[in-house]
Amino acid sequence: MQTLLDCKKGCKVKVIKLTAPTELKQRLISFGIMKEATVEVLEHAPAKSTIEIKVGKMRIALRAQEASLIEVEKI
Amino acid sequence: MNRVDAKACPIIANHIKVALVGQPNVGKSMLINSVSNAHLHVGNFSGVTVDKKEVLFDYKEYHFTVVDLPGTYAFTDYTIEERVTHEYLCAEDYDIIINVIDATNLEKNLQLTSELLTMSKKVVIALNMSDEAEKEGIEIDADYMSELIGIPCIKVSAATKMGIEQLIDAVVAKHESTKNRPKLVFSEPVEEEIARIVWYLDKHKYDATNSYRNVAINLLKNNKKTYAKLHDEPIWTELQPILIEASEHIELHHNSDDIKEAFAEEYASFNRGIVAEVVTNKQLQEKKTLTEKIDAVLIHSLFGIPIFLFFMWSLFQLTFEIGAIPMEYIDAFFSWFGDTIGATIANDDIRSLVVDGVIGGVGAVVLFVPNIIILFIGIALLETTGYMSRVAFLLDGFFHKFGLHGQSFIPLVTGFGCSIPAYMSARILKNDRDRLLTLFIIGFMSCGARLPVYVLFAGAFFSADMAGNVLFIIYISGAIMGLIAAKVLKLTAFKGVDEPFVMEMPKYRLPTLKLIWHTVLGETMMYLKKAGTYIAAAAMLVWFLSNYPHNLALEKEYGNKIAVAATQEQKLSLQNSLDEALLEQSYLGTIGKFSEPLFSPLGFDWKMSVALQTGLAAKEVVVSTLGVLYALGSDVDEESSSLVNAIKQNIPFPSAIAFIVVIMIYLPCLAASVVFTREAGHIKYFFYLLFFTSVVAYVMAFIAYNITLHFF
Repeated sequence: MQTLLDCKKGCKVKVIKLTAPTELKQRLISFGIMKEATVEVLEHAPAKSTIEIKVGKMRIALRAQEASLIEVEKI
Repeated sequence: MNRVDAKACPIIANHIKVALVGQPNVGKSMLINSVSNAHLHVGNFSGVTVDKKEVLFDYKEYHFTVVDLPGTYAFTDYTIEERVTHEYLCAEDYDIIINVIDATNLEKNLQLTSELLTMSKKVVIALNMSDEAEKEGIEIDADYMSELIGIPCIKVSAATKMGIEQLIDAVVAKHESTKNRPKLVFSEPVEEEIARIVWYLDKHKYDATNSYRNVAINLLKNNKKTYAKLHDEPIWTELQPILIEASEHIELHHNSDDIKEAFAEEYASFNRGIVAEVVTNKQLQEKKTLTEKIDAVLIHSLFGIPIFLFFMWSLFQLTFEIGAIPMEYIDAFFSWFGDTIGATIANDDIRSLVVDGVIGGVGAVVLFVPNIIILFIGIALLETTGYMSRVAFLLDGFFHKFGLHGQSFIPLVTGFGCSIPAYMSARILKNDRDRLLTLFIIGFMSCGARLPVYVLFAGAFFSADMAGNVLFIIYISGAIMGLIAAKVLKLTAFKGVDEPFVMEMPKYRLPTLKLIWHTVLGETMMYLKKAGTYIAAAAMLVWFLSNYPHNLALEKEYGNKIAVAATQEQKLSLQNSLDEALLEQSYLGTIGKFSEPLFSPLGFDWKMSVALQTGLAAKEVVVSTLGVLYALGSDVDEESSSLVNAIKQNIPFPSAIAFIVVIMIYLPCLAASVVFTREAGHIKYFFYLLFFTSVVAYVMAFIAYNITLHFF
């Protein structure tokens, strides 16, 4: 299964499932990261420790660990 | 406004209490500023308003109390801010909600709005930053939006004060009206289930303060409070199976086993509908925004960190270079002021108290105001432009290795300004362990109050063009020691799972001059206030302790010697030895002498030991104590009246290095210790901190002293 962590810089994907624990899932949802949402990967921090994504008009920073809990598919 | 109005008490009629709610970074605090001319701290990173703040003002015949609640993305109780806001909105008494929305990002902001709408409270929406939205080609039909959602939506701009009056008028009108029917439409399956529950509640004439529709929605959303309330009702036994069936139906429809996720999707699709109806986007092609262009450079995976380090280095250079210019004048002013005042006082003791004790002590502190202003401007710029979040993004990978969180960066950098707001801003860390760990190492980030000590010593022992670099090294090595301490603590005292890192990267904003001015003015005034009160008192105390008890025998003995001395030079040197002898047998000398054995392995004389101990009250006092101690102990010609020279002459280089190391590490000040204890949640943590910092400071200073001794 492809996760957000596997995405290269500049690619656009659709979220299909959040596998995060409840609390983190709520947090992601409150940032607009939910099923069907379109996510664009903007930038990777050095060593890919953190990634910057764009959901709607909002830019969000995520740690690699959290990004791997977001299952996505290419659009 | 006439006098009678001004005296009217806010409790009397026509009082409207407004709760100001919005997502982080939508300009709530700035809106309050525009509405009431109050000066709250406005920042551009998530989590500036942690405490709720109340602002009072009058408009027409109404008294307004506006409560500025911390920014919250949703009612998830994830962070402390969200908990504070959610609890306030559910439990406190207020009349109306102003929901502040970032007009440039309507869809995301409406997520919170749709949750507010299920609360059966009166709501007015402020579409903030409407001017910016228009510039970006986003046109919002506010009237149509009001009609669709069923609550007034007003376009405003906190920055240009556009629409502020209309907003207040709308609040007044909404407050007066009795109608309150927000429209929030869900998908068919959810509407079906809501209708069924409403029908059931209606059939049993259930007594509720909220509308049946909202009760139904809250039940379906698994809202704990609504559940608890209905759980004790007799209708519960019949209601429960209906609810279970309803949840299953909705979950099936959303293909999810999480009802909250299902509702989030419901809200999102409602909001998408609203946005599709009311927003016309003129710019169809996707142009790169300015923020994206800047980000392409500033958070570049290769250049990002060097750029950040360059910014930091420049800041410290500026602090020293430009800050040094007015210092001369301030120094000259205080010695002139001291002489002038001193000439008018006949009594020797009182003159010494006023000139050496108070004016000398306070002057030594005021001397550093220019440096502090520059440092605070730098930190204010970091906060308000939105660069702070980028730095958190860049550094999370690095911080994470030391057991810290990217967001720890915000309290840590604030710690370079002052430890007190730094301790408070550590609340943005949700996880208790992460927060405690950050609290423990904030002290390693040298605060503004320690700057005077560094500037003093760097100026005394290094040439002017090196001093800026020395300052930079002091700050950086403090931070590095902090990181190592964090790693050690993380491996020993604070073991556990890491907090997730999910953070908004706000748009870059050019802060207004006014905003920077107010922030810096506030901080500087706080520093000066401390200089005027707390530090003046401490300086007087130090003066008293260093002048008493008088030893008349000693004075007489030296007096006779001076009288018979042949040359002026001999007289002067005798006077010096007298001063020194007097100081040594004073109360302060006794304290210093008593603690000297403890500090002698670090190369400190008793004067330095005393300065360190008074520094426990506040770091500014270290400078004023040194000022009092060395001004009294040295001769009084033009050249050496300045403290820098006195220090250069009296303190050996290795001891000075050890002294700086102790200042870098040990407890910031009394006030910060109080705040630390409050934020950490228990007094025991204060004792841990005291023990931890004292031991580390002593050991590090010992090492530094011996290394320097070896090489110089």
